[in-house]
Amino acid sequence: MRLENKVVLITGAAGEIGVAAVRLFVREGARVMMADMNGEQLAQAASEFASDSVACFTVDVTDEVQVRAMVDNTVEVFGRIDVFMANAGIEGKMGEIIESDLDNLMRVLDVNVKGVWLGLRYVIPVMKEQGGGSIVITSSGAGVKGAPGMVPYNTSKHAVIGMMRCAALECTKYNIRVNTVNPGPIETRMMESIAEGLVPGGSADYKTKLQSMTPMRRYGKADEVANLMLFLASDESSYCTGSVYMVDGGNAT
Amino acid sequence: MSLEFTGKVVLITGAASGLGYACAEAFCKQGAWVAIADISRKVVDEAVARLSDLPGEVLGLVCNVAEADQVESMVAEVVRTWGRLDVAVNNAGISSPLNPVANTEESDFDRVMSVNLKGVWLCMRAELRQMEKQGSGSIVNMASALSLRVFAGGSFYVASKFAVAGLTRTAAVEYAESGIRINAVCPGNVATPLVVSTVSSEMLDQLANVHAMKRLGKPEEIANAVMWLASEQASFNTGTILPVDGGWSAQ
Repeated sequence: MRLENKVVLITGAAGEIGVAAVRLFVREGARVMMADMNGEQLAQAASEFASDSVACFTVDVTDEVQVRAMVDNTVEVFGRIDVFMANAGIEGKMGEIIESDLDNLMRVLDVNVKGVWLGLRYVIPVMKEQGGGSIVITSSGAGVKGAPGMVPYNTSKHAVIGMMRCAALECTKYNIRVNTVNPGPIETRMMESIAEGLVPGGSADYKTKLQSMTPMRRYGKADEVANLMLFLASDESSYCTGSVYMVDGGNAT
Repeated sequence: MSLEFTGKVVLITGAASGLGYACAEAFCKQGAWVAIADISRKVVDEAVARLSDLPGEVLGLVCNVAEADQVESMVAEVVRTWGRLDVAVNNAGISSPLNPVANTEESDFDRVMSVNLKGVWLCMRAELRQMEKQGSGSIVNMASALSLRVFAGGSFYVASKFAVAGLTRTAAVEYAESGIRINAVCPGNVATPLVVSTVSSEMLDQLANVHAMKRLGKPEEIANAVMWLASEQASFNTGTILPVDGGWSAQ
């Protein structure tokens, strides 16, 4: 098994990509701390797994006290953290800059950038103490290309690439690898919400258009993102750090 | 790494040594049928003998990838033997003498480009003709960290590897709807047996120190990434330029 005896902490664990990742990781032998802001959805998502392979923690990743408690609790329950998936993120409201409010921008940056930073701030010392680990940050196709009407989300996903690169360089001496996984259009609630936000009432048309612009002419599945996350989380990628890994049907080409 | 390749037909160029051999070994261990292509009969036979105890099957082929007719025969021989071509790893490549541009030789330029760029293009062309007939396939090209970063003195090696990335991405878009995925791996400096046995220890240190990890890569670390991209795990990946470079390109 590809994650035998590994402990994984994942935020945003109740979303479609989060659940797909947990499912794959558990199948590959990991024990997983599933963290999410929505406690009810989290409990629901966790109910399909055996209680000795997953535990849950309800967390607002923008709250330093809660993030610290999440990391402490993971170590308490499972004894260590080998893999940290900084996966929690929100899309916020779509719209051009001149029609947008500052609160929305700050909210998206809070969750998607500050939330990731806080996770790194408290997970890295644990991994350093253990002698190593792998951190995978969920960025996006929107982290490498611009898109009109998506400033907050797009900016946040660019930002975590910079954060990842710096963290990777800081952490090689601790034997901790840091990378991003960058999903293109995936069949998820968030993608649907982005489409609806960009083209109110016309999300189906938007999807058709985006598919036609994607070289593979289709959206990806959450499982396909989880496959890449597994590669980066596992020791198979032991020489990979500081890089951006696309899973996007060829979109970024 | 446990990825299933039982009965999958894999062609690897430059497979008798270094990264190509590491890939061949990895695919064989997963039960693949692997065609080992390289420049001379002697090195091909030696590699085939070393791989013969592993679970997969092996077929040795002699091919100079810079020669169109040899490349055509190589792919034809794989298809004649096993009926199809599921995975192609275009790995054959050569290095160049290190000199600033003003001091480089046209003959070196031609030699490097003919193998590293034209060779990959010739292989892709022949492989894609077969994969199009099948309606499926996965190609992994061996690019380099020098497809993303430069190294002073290596002008046309760097140019050849930047070109491989461009070739990979263009073809990926062309064939994305045909069920054929085309990706590239970008290794940093790797401790292949040849490098370790021929390079001075000071030079090895220098090669290691370009990476944030301050060490050379291991051949199997590159093979892991090649296998992942080649496998069904990477079904939404095409045109991906995948670094395995110890953080070199992050700096």
